[in-house]
Amino acid sequence: MIAQAGVSYVDQWLDGYWLVLVVKAAVVLVFFLTAPLAVGYAEHKVLAHMQARLGPMYAGAFHGWAQLVADGVKFVQKEDIIPAAADRWVFSLAPGVALVPYIVVLVVIPFSDQAFVLNLDVGIFFVIAMTSISVIGVLMAGWASANKFSLIGALRAAAQLIAYELPLVLAAAAVVMQAATLSMIGIVEAQEQYWFVFSQPIGFFIFMVASLAELTRPPFDMPVADSEIIFGAYTEYTGLKFAFFLLSEYGGIVVLSAIASVLFLGGYLGLPGMEAVPGPLWMAAKIGALSFLIIWLRATYPRLREDQLQRASWLVLIPLALVQIMGVAVLKVAV
Amino acid sequence: MAIDEKEVRTAEEPKPTGLGLVKGLGVTLKHALRPSITQQYPQERPDLPPRTRGVIALKESNCTVCYKCSRECPDWCIYIDAHKETHEPASGGKGRSMKVLDRFAIDYALCMYCGICVEVCPFDALFWSPEFEYAEYEIVELTHEKEKLEEWTYTVLPPPSLEDGAEAPAGEGAA
Repeated sequence: MIAQAGVSYVDQWLDGYWLVLVVKAAVVLVFFLTAPLAVGYAEHKVLAHMQARLGPMYAGAFHGWAQLVADGVKFVQKEDIIPAAADRWVFSLAPGVALVPYIVVLVVIPFSDQAFVLNLDVGIFFVIAMTSISVIGVLMAGWASANKFSLIGALRAAAQLIAYELPLVLAAAAVVMQAATLSMIGIVEAQEQYWFVFSQPIGFFIFMVASLAELTRPPFDMPVADSEIIFGAYTEYTGLKFAFFLLSEYGGIVVLSAIASVLFLGGYLGLPGMEAVPGPLWMAAKIGALSFLIIWLRATYPRLREDQLQRASWLVLIPLALVQIMGVAVLKVAV
Repeated sequence: MAIDEKEVRTAEEPKPTGLGLVKGLGVTLKHALRPSITQQYPQERPDLPPRTRGVIALKESNCTVCYKCSRECPDWCIYIDAHKETHEPASGGKGRSMKVLDRFAIDYALCMYCGICVEVCPFDALFWSPEFEYAEYEIVELTHEKEKLEEWTYTVLPPPSLEDGAEAPAGEGAA
């Protein structure tokens, strides 16, 4: 196993550049189309039970497991409306721009030392660069909609991204300093002794808070605050385009949970004494646990105000992240 | 209007938020682990109190066609038709006239379930019944006739027993 580490299963089994490429792309696409649905369904059910309800119970006969499939079919049937004053091209392109970066990020996420698509030397750098592109899709949507609510929502999303990208990057940078590598697999392998959440709990906290803000998930969902601006940048969207935005939200949860698992929770590494459980299951369990946490936070906390959000980032998270990165640097050099 | 300085409430000093945030997570988790309170209605009968005020039922034999209910009804949803019959007593003498109920219907599309008709009925002919499943596909079908209203009386509970030491009911037939 160790000898082959760093070479993916697909590369070992299949020959031919194009065949390998197609298989890998298909695997990523299938994962991206199923995992967010699972998270979305979990959100329906977890939110419901936290509010003493049952949630979907009919679609698919058993506890409404097919609810999101049914929703997808419904979205396809909806009329595709583009406002008369909208910038048609930008308006139609925006959902794709919001969605694709999250698919691309999946390429570098390792599910074991062999179950991955690509082991980039600059893995985490690539991930952070890609997740930031998504907000451009939101900005495009808001600008092209020719709707004041959409524009306000889009600008809120952009302001939020600027405020929270910094703590996110700083928290990731501290991990990179400790692991001494940018490669996702390298970061996981560096946690053989202990997970980085134990050495950098503050970093983990900052990363999760910044992830929530980056995903515009409650309690940081002012860009879609329905009581103020309807549904923010997505207000004018219908049908499949709207579904793409929803998919990118849930895909974002999966992707950022996966990144947080890799950076802080040892990725595909299991707990000591439980090596029999394969790596992909560990990775899935960690993604699931963090997704549950994100849903749980939504059920618990009310939405922050826009100024509270900015204050929390610039006056609390960023100084905290800087202190933590200095601490890690000192320890790295001293120890 | 001057406000007494002492009456003005000042905001409390904010407490550290961390504890409250954790407590909030505890509340949601606790509810997630409890069984939910949803009743799956069409598959599962709702757990209603026995004296639920679902629909107004009519015990026809108690009705004397006094029209009090239909006159008190705020939105005029009660229809009553009756005719007069005269019975010759077997012992002879003047014939006794009585009113016979031909039609008694309540338009539940109009009824606002105020219960005034039940309150004013002097002879306990109208009751609150716990039935509630009488939805129809046409609005005109929501006018239910006395046969249907009679059926609903079968699920009405007997009246509560008198309190200890209360005066005995006046007559045999008194309900």
